[in-house]
Amino acid sequence: MPGITREEVAHLARLARLELKPEELDHFAGQLDDIIGAVARVSEVADQDVPPTSHPLPLTNVMRADEVRPSLTPEQALSGAPAQEQQRFKVPQILGEE
Amino acid sequence: MTTTTDLVSYEDALASYDPVMGLEVHVELGTKTKMFCGCSTELGAEPNSQTCPVCLGMPGALPVVNATGVESAVRIGLALNCSIAEWCRFARKNYFYPDMPKNFQTSQYDEPIAFDGYLDVQLEDGETFRVEIERAHMEEDTGKSTHVGGATGRIHGASHSLLDYNRAGIPLIEIVTKPIVGAGERAPEVAKAYVRELREVIRALGVSEARMEMGQMRCDVNLSLMPKGAEKFGTRSETKNVNSLRSVERAARFEIMRHAAVLSSGGTIIQETRHFHEDTGSTTSGRVKEEAEDYRYFPEPDLVPVAPAREWVEEIRAALPELPLVRRTRLLADWGISATEMQAILNAGALDPIVATIEAGADAASARKWWMGELARSANESGTSLDELAITPQQVARVTELVTKGDLNDKLARQVIEGVLAGEGTPDEVVDKRGLKVVSDDSALGTAVDEAIAGNPGIADKIRGGKVAAAGALVGAVMKATRGQADAARVKELILERLGVSES
Repeated sequence: MPGITREEVAHLARLARLELKPEELDHFAGQLDDIIGAVARVSEVADQDVPPTSHPLPLTNVMRADEVRPSLTPEQALSGAPAQEQQRFKVPQILGEE
Repeated sequence: MTTTTDLVSYEDALASYDPVMGLEVHVELGTKTKMFCGCSTELGAEPNSQTCPVCLGMPGALPVVNATGVESAVRIGLALNCSIAEWCRFARKNYFYPDMPKNFQTSQYDEPIAFDGYLDVQLEDGETFRVEIERAHMEEDTGKSTHVGGATGRIHGASHSLLDYNRAGIPLIEIVTKPIVGAGERAPEVAKAYVRELREVIRALGVSEARMEMGQMRCDVNLSLMPKGAEKFGTRSETKNVNSLRSVERAARFEIMRHAAVLSSGGTIIQETRHFHEDTGSTTSGRVKEEAEDYRYFPEPDLVPVAPAREWVEEIRAALPELPLVRRTRLLADWGISATEMQAILNAGALDPIVATIEAGADAASARKWWMGELARSANESGTSLDELAITPQQVARVTELVTKGDLNDKLARQVIEGVLAGEGTPDEVVDKRGLKVVSDDSALGTAVDEAIAGNPGIADKIRGGKVAAAGALVGAVMKATRGQADAARVKELILERLGVSES
């Protein structure tokens, strides 16, 4: 049975840019462990002969022709932006990463 | 950054260590639309004018893959001698960075569309080196960030960043080599030759213009050293976005010298990304790798699997164009030139113009002569590439035709080319406007010949005495007097005739 440790939850929280208090880490570690445990039961019934499913419909090769379709106007595209400048999305300084 | 980096000499580094390289090349496909939506990929559009709910990552928007993007990926895979997956999926590569509004990049993870291939590359001296290909997979480009407020426009010290998502979602093919071992001191050269050959393949396939200076093709250079004779690879560094052939070579070379300095002083290499600096040819530290590498890939639930039918793959394989190395080998044999001469032609970017000139009717030797001589010189002087010169292969072919017909000699032909390059019109127009025409009319040449004989009595005597070779000096005098427009062969005949000697 796979489980999830408190350290792993802290790591995930950091990757997801979530700031969690120590008691929240304990809380979520327990909850996530339950969820993972429930999902893991799938592998009890799915044997090697059952291919992994990532889509509910048995479809392949759904493609579109390489033809240009209308885009949004820049005004529409930026209409939900919290901040903008020079017709671009304005975002805070990005620290410590490139 | 002002910290200096310790280096050991290249020779010393190679005396103690063997380099191992891995090259990751991203190619932007030349499709009309993005990979997962119908937004245009046209360059130069105003910011955020080519976006839609899909490429902006709006909730509920559903991507659909571009058929031409998939076909291009298969074509690239086949040209690189890869196997094509019978069934593969896209995956989400999760990361927080504003260049992707979705907070993930749609890519492929453990199921690339193409895998296990190779590309033979030719080094400057004609030697062939086989580079094994690990995989080629489909993904999408990111938006363009502009960092505002930093002293150098870089991210350090920036107060905020501005995002243009026109590029977000443009199809990319990432091509990854297997570890390149055994290249030794030629590793940087192999890296450069590989990227160049790959660029030629991509262009021959017509899937992208692969212009590195425009970011349509970018290379990450992974490099590590291991002590000579060792089998276990050392820790690698990853130099990102090296964007010219020359830089690929320089970056590999620099990293070899840097790694050797760290290792030989007992230090350890940190696994990190590094930035290459065009101006100094050096690299500086970027981010530490393991921190950022947790992308939590999972299969993209919004896209269905791609399952290229075997018949379709075979159709594509059968329709592949002649690949560059095969073509070069064929032309080398056809033209009867050496590997060194072919390399010079490649380095000058003259292969396509020469072939086009031959197709337009010129003979191979003349086509090579003009593109590698006069035109290469002109391009060099103006700092442009041959294909940017204001003369077409058809026009060069016309000039060679005029030479063959005897209407022009080489000297006049050079003036015609000069005129075409200067925008004076077509070769025929330049000939008319400048009045360039070989004079072979005896009456027009006669006076000049008589004057040359009269002006050089000593030489004339030698010729009379049987030294036919001395006639060259008189021909030169006539050419000078006629400003190069005389038909040199006819002039020589006239001189010998006048002096009563025969050629043999």
